[in-house]
Amino acid sequence: MPAERLLPTTEAEDLIALAREIAREELAPHAAEYEEAGRFPREKFRLLGKSGLLGLPYSERWGGGEVPYEVYLQVLEEIASAWMTVGVGLSVHTMSCFALAHHGTDEQRERWLPAMLEGDLLGAYALSETHAGSDAAALSTRARRDGDSYVVTGTKAWTTHGGEADFYTTMVRTSDRTTDDTGGISCLLVDADTPGLSAAAPERKMGLTGSTTAQMIFEDARVAADRLIGAEGDGLRIALASLSSGRLGIAACSVGLAQAALDEALAYARERRQFGQPIIQFQGIEFLLADMAAAIESARAMYLDAARRRDRGLPFHRQASIAKLVATDAAMKVTTDAVQVLGGAGYTRDFPVERYMREAKVPQIFEGTNQIQRIVIARELRKA
Amino acid sequence: MPNIVVLVKQVPDTYSERKLNESDHTLDRESADAVLDEINERAVEEALKIKEASEGEVTVLCVGPDRATDAIRKALSMGADKAIHVSDESLHGSDMVATAKVIAAAIGRVEGVDLVIAGNEASDGRGGAVPAMLAELLGMPQLTHARQVTVDGSTVQVDRETEEGLTHLEAGLPAVISVTEKINEPRYPSFKGIMAAKKKPVETLTVADLGVDAGEVGLANAWSTVLEAAPKPPRTAGQRVDDEGDGGTKIAEYLVGQKLI
Repeated sequence: MPAERLLPTTEAEDLIALAREIAREELAPHAAEYEEAGRFPREKFRLLGKSGLLGLPYSERWGGGEVPYEVYLQVLEEIASAWMTVGVGLSVHTMSCFALAHHGTDEQRERWLPAMLEGDLLGAYALSETHAGSDAAALSTRARRDGDSYVVTGTKAWTTHGGEADFYTTMVRTSDRTTDDTGGISCLLVDADTPGLSAAAPERKMGLTGSTTAQMIFEDARVAADRLIGAEGDGLRIALASLSSGRLGIAACSVGLAQAALDEALAYARERRQFGQPIIQFQGIEFLLADMAAAIESARAMYLDAARRRDRGLPFHRQASIAKLVATDAAMKVTTDAVQVLGGAGYTRDFPVERYMREAKVPQIFEGTNQIQRIVIARELRKA
Repeated sequence: MPNIVVLVKQVPDTYSERKLNESDHTLDRESADAVLDEINERAVEEALKIKEASEGEVTVLCVGPDRATDAIRKALSMGADKAIHVSDESLHGSDMVATAKVIAAAIGRVEGVDLVIAGNEASDGRGGAVPAMLAELLGMPQLTHARQVTVDGSTVQVDRETEEGLTHLEAGLPAVISVTEKINEPRYPSFKGIMAAKKKPVETLTVADLGVDAGEVGLANAWSTVLEAAPKPPRTAGQRVDDEGDGGTKIAEYLVGQKLI
């Protein structure tokens, strides 16, 4: 059952129709097979690129679609609903373009951005390290200036598309940690072919098994100094701004995943008969389904509210954190309940809901754990 | 530089449940999502491929209610250049002959048509006769059920595939072609295509604009009448046969019983 959407323009309606068509014809039929095999669907991202979906929220001047976040996020939701790996990948790619699009010079944007937004390059975002997760400012990957380049040494952790991406938006330390934690970190746009850059073996994950996650190892990797985005020391600010928008992407993906789980549970509850009637007729089941629908639609309303604030240039960090918190918790609950509705069948790999349940866990963790989201929300409340 | 007209139709999505209106047994367009018929996407794709090989212009032509603009926009977002939309209440319930007459009249408004490309049959009515009727009305050769099309200067060659076999056809332009599902894989629109589509010209015409007599179209003037319609019965459990070493024989006996072999 496709979500009922209120879209601002006919072009937005056509764009959603395109996303649904690609989701239905090209993504959904292959998701289970790729996830089972742990195979990264690189060619699906090329199709998204060809269709102009890899740069939707960015300026037309640089090859983007210049659509409002309100519309971009709903496209993302449709894609994630068919295949979470591709939805999350699209969100990560979009986030990895943020630094250059918003903080690069015109010269830098002219040189690199069109290929990232309207070509078929795939991006990755390298911030976390083994000892710098929630405490991102503790990162220790070092970039030492040497003539016209930086020499980078260190290891980035949990990099989505690690080893698959064409470019890595990488946060590095250019000077020692400052007392207020704001300085010392800089942002480099690193080409995947940079000598000295390599990917470790992919992580063996509980879910999103089609999405490659790996450590990225920098061993005296020489990155041209003109690939510094913003000034030295701007990195953490850029990283946090990227994450605020990225969180909205994760919220949208989680709503899509939850919607897919509800659709599956609903279809099953209509067909499955016990005690002489379809189980959807039992209040015990229909209340579960009603709660699932309520959780999904309120989470969707939340991310859309945050997106509309962003589109109007209003502060949206609190709303983005609330959307991420609410939507990812909703997805965890809804996918768990979908397994319950399908009963024993839901626990088998013959049905997709057990996979959805495994996939719902990590959105509560990445792009700021839900505990970090609470800190952001509380900080905003204190400031108010 | 062929000037190509592609016929497109908006139909109920085959993924949704399709129904007829209880009152007049015409298609219930409100009950299902409406989409550009997939066979028409293939027709558009073929026209675009011909155009891309030798330039030219692609006009999509649609006869259908106002909401069919969505299907027209899809064809334009794939890359067609302009559109003609014949929309008129009086066309409701028109049969294939009336539809072909209206289409022929609309094609008459496009100057210097070299090729008319249609799907071999729409997924809703499944009549499959409009392209042939149209060729007759336009006085053009018809090359129907094409699984491959080659345009070479002023001639067109087609591999025509039906249950009877494969036939190789050749005709001088202008001509009418209908394509089958094997013709190609249609492209997806791109976001740029979607944005470009809104600036492309769409000419909306009524039956009167085309000079077609209103007494020749619509349900009341159709040459055929649907007297009765019933939904497809739900699928039954089927017949289970245990293979005790004679499974093949049993299947053959069943098929003989059904007069299938």
